[in-house]
Amino acid sequence: MKILVCITHVPDTTSKINFTDNNTRFDTTGVQFIIGPYDDYALARAIELKEAGGASVTVLNVGLADTEPTIRKALAIGADDAIRVNADPTDSFFVGAQIAEQVKAGGYDLILMGRESIDYNSGVVHGIVGELLGIPSISPVMKLEFEGTKAKLAREIEGGKEYLEVSLPFVAGCQEPIAEWKIPNMRGIMSARTKPLKVVEPVAVDSGVQLQKFELPPAKGSVKMVSADNVAELVTLLKNEAKVL
Amino acid sequence: MAILVFVESAEGKIKKTSLEAVAYAHAMGGPVTAIALGAVEKSELENLGKYGAQKVLHAADEKLNQGIIQAYASVLAKAMEDENADILVLANSTLGTPVSARVAAKIGASLASNVAELPATAGGFVVKRSIYTGKAFAFVELKNQKKVLGIKKNAAEANEVGSPISVTPYAVQLADADFSTSITSSEKATGEVLLPEANIVVSGGRGMKGPEHWGMLEELAKTLHAATGCSKPVSDMGWRPHHEHVGQTGVKVAPQLYIAIGISGAIQHLAGVNSSKCIVVINKDGEAPFFKAADYGIVGDAFDVLPKLTEAIKASK
Repeated sequence: MKILVCITHVPDTTSKINFTDNNTRFDTTGVQFIIGPYDDYALARAIELKEAGGASVTVLNVGLADTEPTIRKALAIGADDAIRVNADPTDSFFVGAQIAEQVKAGGYDLILMGRESIDYNSGVVHGIVGELLGIPSISPVMKLEFEGTKAKLAREIEGGKEYLEVSLPFVAGCQEPIAEWKIPNMRGIMSARTKPLKVVEPVAVDSGVQLQKFELPPAKGSVKMVSADNVAELVTLLKNEAKVL
Repeated sequence: MAILVFVESAEGKIKKTSLEAVAYAHAMGGPVTAIALGAVEKSELENLGKYGAQKVLHAADEKLNQGIIQAYASVLAKAMEDENADILVLANSTLGTPVSARVAAKIGASLASNVAELPATAGGFVVKRSIYTGKAFAFVELKNQKKVLGIKKNAAEANEVGSPISVTPYAVQLADADFSTSITSSEKATGEVLLPEANIVVSGGRGMKGPEHWGMLEELAKTLHAATGCSKPVSDMGWRPHHEHVGQTGVKVAPQLYIAIGISGAIQHLAGVNSSKCIVVINKDGEAPFFKAADYGIVGDAFDVLPKLTEAIKASK
């Protein structure tokens, strides 16, 4: 089984979000970048499938050269090789089209990624890839097991989950608890340096969306404290001041 | 600018977030056609007229009783063509979002999810999207003639603007290829207020000390007609099911009121609640970082404050 794991290169979840250039660019000053947390679950499950035998794992990132340390980390975690599509990942359709192109070129059977990226949060790239390739796409997937070429999955739904069966090839957008995050060990880090990382140029895509600007939400006012001995006052405030009861 | 709205249902009832989607399309100026797939109560469909739908289509084929992503996308794409609709509006959800992706790719539409407000249409069609897990917004122009908008909870208010209308059956040709995924079974909490839909959420953290203490939290939730949520450690330890986990990698909620009990307020938890209108934090530790993100706070023991709060709310009714 040839597995392709698509990863995003995103600000650490504790990052303060700021913008520069008249609110048209993300301010990377002091920001640490990581593998998207949902993608990290997808990667961990792929490595487990590889360790169980009979699978290879390729990681794919659509990004400029600055994402390579993040890609090397995925190789250190256990992926066999990597592809970087040399482009700024401006929108979901653009990214989806690049992934679909690489799947066609590489003949992958299973395409895993996070349910969404934690920067743009669109949660649609898996569906776009599935549609462009004419294969099933399932998200958000919280369990993925194989019986031969048939996969058994659990998908989260509002207030519960549903169980599905599907045959390869397909695309899955993953989330916890599909696998435990893996931390690279020293051997992995050493071997990652020499694993193949192929850089390819993007295909041209007319995505139909154009970013105009970013905006930060208004700052939160200060908290109003209420005594634990006067809980009724809180109820009054919620009714009359906040008007939410 | 004809608009098609995909309405989702659960147990035969239209979801509240889908009513908001109908209201959103109505506020855009319509004309609005709503479409429901699978088993839905007739009166629920007729009532879509109250929220602004001028036409209601119902594809009642029983193969659509289950939410198969590919099949739903094919039906919606065909319905857009049949209704001559340029815009598809739906509520972002675990089904709506993946379906929106396939529809957009199928018909070559400009796609935006987590849209927070009505579009600005003077000089291009521009939507305001929530990004960085609620920590920022992006203004994005959708340039293609066809557009698919996934809307975030509270993007529009589901007000009654009309009266019930009759339902038009919608015949569909389903392709076997769209059913290569099969749903074998599902587990679903019944009769509870669903977390992503709730107007009030009561959430507990490690300060609750164990799953055996959740009864008093559920009592407060019941009194408020609220959904219950929890922090990541609580779901990781198996005290509560995963679908109750609120945060960066769990459910992102946007209620009128979020009450956090015994949750310290890690930045990953805040990412899941920052779209709430009003946040109340109850924590033993006055230095808990969550107080900085709260509107109201009480420093106190959960087991002392919780029952008192439930009583105070009952007394005020």
